[in-house]
Amino acid sequence: MANKPIVDFEAIKNNLSNVSKPIQVLNENAEVTDQDIFDSFSDDDLVEFMKKMVWERALHEQTMNFSRQGRMGFYAPTEGEEASEMGTVLAMKKNDYLLPAYRDVPQLIQHGATITEAYLWSRGHVLGNKFKARSMMPQIIIGAAYDEAAGVGLGIKKNGEKDALAFTYTGDGGTSQGDSYEGMNFAGAFKAPVLFIVQNNGFAISTPRAKQTAAPTLAQKAVASGIPSVQVDGMDILACYAVAKAARDYIVAGNGPVMIETLTYRYGAHSSAGDDPKRYRTKAEEQPWFDKDPLIRLRKILEDKKLWSEDQEDKLVDEYKASFKEAIKEADSAPEDKVSDMLKRTFEIPTPEMKKEIAKFEAKESK
Amino acid sequence: MAKKTYIQAITDALDIVLEDDPKTLIFGEDVGKNGGVFRTTQGLQEKYGEDRVFDTPLAESGILGLATGLGLTGWRPIPEIQFMGFSFEAIDQIAGQEARMRFRFDGTKTAPVTIRTPYGGGTHTAEMHADNLENFFTGVPGLRVVMPSNPYDAKGLLISSVENNDPVMFLENLKLYRSMKDDIPDGKYTVPLDKAKVAREGNDITIVAYGAEVNEALKVADSLAEKNISVEVIDLRTVSPIDSETIFKSIEKTHKVVIVQEAQKMAGVGAQVASAIAEDAVLSLDAPIGRVAAPNSVYPFALGEDIWIPRAKEIEEKVNEILNY
Ligand SMILES: Cc1ncc(C[n+]2csc(CCOP(=O)(O)OP(=O)(O)O)c2C)c(N)n1
Repeated sequence: MANKPIVDFEAIKNNLSNVSKPIQVLNENAEVTDQDIFDSFSDDDLVEFMKKMVWERALHEQTMNFSRQGRMGFYAPTEGEEASEMGTVLAMKKNDYLLPAYRDVPQLIQHGATITEAYLWSRGHVLGNKFKARSMMPQIIIGAAYDEAAGVGLGIKKNGEKDALAFTYTGDGGTSQGDSYEGMNFAGAFKAPVLFIVQNNGFAISTPRAKQTAAPTLAQKAVASGIPSVQVDGMDILACYAVAKAARDYIVAGNGPVMIETLTYRYGAHSSAGDDPKRYRTKAEEQPWFDKDPLIRLRKILEDKKLWSEDQEDKLVDEYKASFKEAIKEADSAPEDKVSDMLKRTFEIPTPEMKKEIAKFEAKESK
Repeated sequence: MAKKTYIQAITDALDIVLEDDPKTLIFGEDVGKNGGVFRTTQGLQEKYGEDRVFDTPLAESGILGLATGLGLTGWRPIPEIQFMGFSFEAIDQIAGQEARMRFRFDGTKTAPVTIRTPYGGGTHTAEMHADNLENFFTGVPGLRVVMPSNPYDAKGLLISSVENNDPVMFLENLKLYRSMKDDIPDGKYTVPLDKAKVAREGNDITIVAYGAEVNEALKVADSLAEKNISVEVIDLRTVSPIDSETIFKSIEKTHKVVIVQEAQKMAGVGAQVASAIAEDAVLSLDAPIGRVAAPNSVYPFALGEDIWIPRAKEIEEKVNEILNY
């Protein structure tokens, strides 16, 4: 055997970690790290970004409140992920399709579903899924949305729609699903207009990112599909928006799909069903992320520019929360679902067996 | 009208639906230039172009996810799974996503997908290529499962399946692909979904069968006719839902029934048929329900198939047993 190995695997492995820094525009000390991009935003844009994040934070707080009062069904907290969620979704246009995961309800609302519908979805009422937006309902099966996004992208392309694409989301855990790779690979092979977004919030329920994969970044999981991908500071809404917007422009120009990994953090529990993050992480691990809060840094910029004040924010939060209370009242008055309707909506043409069941339940329900 | 094999009948149907509706798309592994590993899609890419008939990367979940997404954007996908044993890879997209699309969205979004896939034993294929997996899918509400037993029905049922706005698993029997020919009308005709057919009328006993076993049952009927025993054969055609009315009507006349399936006894839809009879028509019977099915082993390797798959001989034995009860 020769002394020199035929392949230096260790060198190849080390090279995998040789990745560029996540894209950032505004760091956690509210210092501009990319002046050009920063300057491309008007004052109005900056205020709009702030409003969206305040809206999402207020939505989260109010929804948690409703949840504690027993007025919600399934709810996946979003606190901490405002920059990632709002930044990316604001790059969407109405004709784009959204394929959200269960934590992406705020994006679904931004894309056209009403808050009442979102609450009804949470409670498990079919009227929560009848939104008019071009969107799937929040996907529960992790990975499924990536496969479907490839199909939606191809459909858009075949329909000849030039200024449209599919936006889809999954988490860090979701990148381990075979479907995620299949979806990216299909979209790549068909040059389908899809923006794959991985919101890396550090945990899949309790499993930390480090246990999810040996890959140094999740973004590089797109490489094998021939898809360009980047990491973005997911606590920086300016970076999230700018990258999503650039990706959208690139995709609608006919270049095929892109994948973005946003580095973000989920402050609270995985879901409102009672799991406790204290079981799998410490305050000391959490604190640095709280310090990176996306609202704090943009607020500081806006206050320095005299575009924002605490008063103004408090007023907004009150307004938003009032609208959420209105929405849940409206949700409360949704008609009760009926078994006969469930049977009727299973197939366009009910089977003979179902026709009998429908008649049976209708008779019961009319009593 | 021309004599055509089961495969030619299917190709015919695909040609018609591609011609009829510009939104129909055929895709899967090797369906393009190669015309599918069985040549079922032969010539279609040439005729309709790569936009309508195309090869995909090799991933079943991806293929079915593609179908879901295309369905959502207004297309009418006809994906092919190369062999039914590979559908395990796509269970979520079929059962978890497409089958519940209409329900989820109260009809405002649907998945008009027709999934074609070959199944069935007797052709000595490699492992995982022949399993009868229909009962995986007949247990899925929101999904129709269609299993034609002959070329005429294959064409008419496939056209009906594609035109249906809900997802359909369209299962093509491998053994029948080239072993059977029918007179097939040119052009379009349909065979209704959800409807069984009385494949042969008779008065003494009913055989309920589907897929390739219908042909075995017909052989039994022929053979017993020579002994003056009149057998009625029912071909389920759609195995989910089951057309129980047609079965009940028959056993009200014959009072005896034998249910036949190619799948293992614990698989297939025979148990579903038996339960429907037991629930609503048991008093029509004057003998126990007879069942013929493969044994509950794992699906055998190629050379074991011939002793394992129930064929006419086993059916005839069971029919005689029930007749003499
Ligand atoms: C196919 C599938 N397997 C398991 C689950 C259960 N589950 C729900 S959320 C979750 C963790 C997902 O983590 P990640 O993808 O990082 O997204 P996050 O919840 O952090 O936003 C798991 C295991 C599921 N919903 N779907």
